[in-house]
Amino acid sequence: MGIETEYGIVEPGRPGANPMLLSSHVVAAYAAAVAGGQPGEGRRARWDYEDEDPLADARGFRLDRASAHPSLLTDDPARPAPPGPDADLSATDVDRPGVEPYDDPGAATSILTNGARLYVDHAHPEFSTPEVTNPRDAVLWDRAGEQVMLRAVRALAQNPAMPDVVLYKNNVDGKGASYGMHENYLVDRQVPFVDLVALLTPFLVTRQVFTGAGRVGRGPTGQGAGFQLSQRADYIEAEVGLETTLRRPIVNTRDEPHADRDRWRRLHVIIGDATSLEVATFLRVGTTSLVLWLAEHAGRHPEAVQSLVDLRLADPVSAVQQVSRDLTLAEPLDLADGRRLTALEIQQAYLEAVGAALGADIDVASREVLDRWDSVLARLAVDPTSCAREVEWVAKLRVLEGMRRRDDLRWDHPRLAAMDIQWSDVRPERGIYQRLRAAGAVELLVDDQDVARAVVEPPEDTRAYFRGTVVARFGSAVRAASWDSVVLDVPELPTLRRVPLRDPWRGSRAHVGALLEQCPDAATLAARLGVG
Amino acid sequence: MAGQDQRQHRREDEDPHDLPEPAPAAPAAQGRDAEVDSLLEEIDEVLESNAESFVRGFVQKGGQ
Repeated sequence: MGIETEYGIVEPGRPGANPMLLSSHVVAAYAAAVAGGQPGEGRRARWDYEDEDPLADARGFRLDRASAHPSLLTDDPARPAPPGPDADLSATDVDRPGVEPYDDPGAATSILTNGARLYVDHAHPEFSTPEVTNPRDAVLWDRAGEQVMLRAVRALAQNPAMPDVVLYKNNVDGKGASYGMHENYLVDRQVPFVDLVALLTPFLVTRQVFTGAGRVGRGPTGQGAGFQLSQRADYIEAEVGLETTLRRPIVNTRDEPHADRDRWRRLHVIIGDATSLEVATFLRVGTTSLVLWLAEHAGRHPEAVQSLVDLRLADPVSAVQQVSRDLTLAEPLDLADGRRLTALEIQQAYLEAVGAALGADIDVASREVLDRWDSVLARLAVDPTSCAREVEWVAKLRVLEGMRRRDDLRWDHPRLAAMDIQWSDVRPERGIYQRLRAAGAVELLVDDQDVARAVVEPPEDTRAYFRGTVVARFGSAVRAASWDSVVLDVPELPTLRRVPLRDPWRGSRAHVGALLEQCPDAATLAARLGVG
Repeated sequence: MAGQDQRQHRREDEDPHDLPEPAPAAPAAQGRDAEVDSLLEEIDEVLESNAESFVRGFVQKGGQ
């Protein structure tokens, strides 16, 4: 699994500043900061677009490029993803181009030593975590992303020739724009996509009760006064679809696995909010991956799956907004079969079905997710304020209600809207969440030392280990990289060597740690990789 | 997740509110209100002084 986060970006005092340019400054500033400001650190690795295919639809067809919204063409320059054998770690020879390709500064990308990607997505800097195998690690590398963004902000502030930039880990500007936090989950290709949609939809609609980051304002442009659970809810307009920038769906069908497409799909979940509270992030990815586990094991647990599919909502899209606006968590939703259940009751049904299917003999990570899910649902039902240290919308609402009470503010007062925006400012001295954190008002799951390490080191148990370690040790020989490839450029060889990483579980430390340790330089590595 | 080693480092000074059993509502709410009051003072120090122009200036382009 992994989390992509587009950060909100502002140049203080200049609302008209070009956000694409500012975002590329962020990416470049971080790259320069980690290079220690040394000139000629070597050319930067490019993104290898070879296997990208953003127009492939999980329902089994491809959107014609000509009829796609330009914002969906994320793989330019694009070539169709070639079928290839899922070889053991080996390389293929690729001709070395005679002329250096032009680098579009707006397409700035950095592949970091922790295996993450830092780049400009549309008009926002985006941090995509390396691939991780469990929700605690997702929290850890998500936190590492906050630290990367903070370091870029600091580097720009110290450089008088560069504009100051402030970054926000949120999803709306309150004026009509929304930008995403996307979760990615590796799912067995054998699960039919229609089954996945049926099982996931009621879950995704109702998980807002503990995943919502909270938002001041209602409606896409914030035209209504008030508070709602989710940043993203008012921008969800379809049940299922390919688009991510318009007509956003509950279940996104982009079928770009970044892996062997015969074995896996990458479920791209775009409905969620970016969260700063660690428990909120942990629960979001932890519960979702357990529901996906059930989808993959549906054959062994048909009754459990059927009981959840039967929770089909009468109108899922309007239910997204209904759940987000119901601060009492008590309003029932209409089900397709005529029943009426609250979001908490639907979540409880998922918890029980997943828990029963997993049984008693389960791994520690799954147990931790189940226990926390159970505890939070139980307390939300009795007294939501008891979750103020874990659930972001509750934490935010608690402070907002305090301001309202003390200063007698109505919901349309700009101080409340300002607090909502400033909540996710990544700077410890300015961010409201950061102040709560420093005051011990939120529960933490990961240590600062572990986060500092995750800023530079990759997870050890996925292919991110190979990608990050190669970038760290042989960075100047990495000509390009992507989620499922690394292209080495070694002067001793007549061609480039492209290493496909089509199995996300291979390239881990257990798999390639010894090999990498035995290679003093990139030329040795390139020579030792078999040619596939 | 299956089979992965999990690091278990909870904070030592875990708040009793974190425990699964819901605390009695009234006293817990009072304790939290005191915490909110001190948080509000801290927020006053950092919140943008001209909230209205700060909010107006926060304009983003849509993303994914």
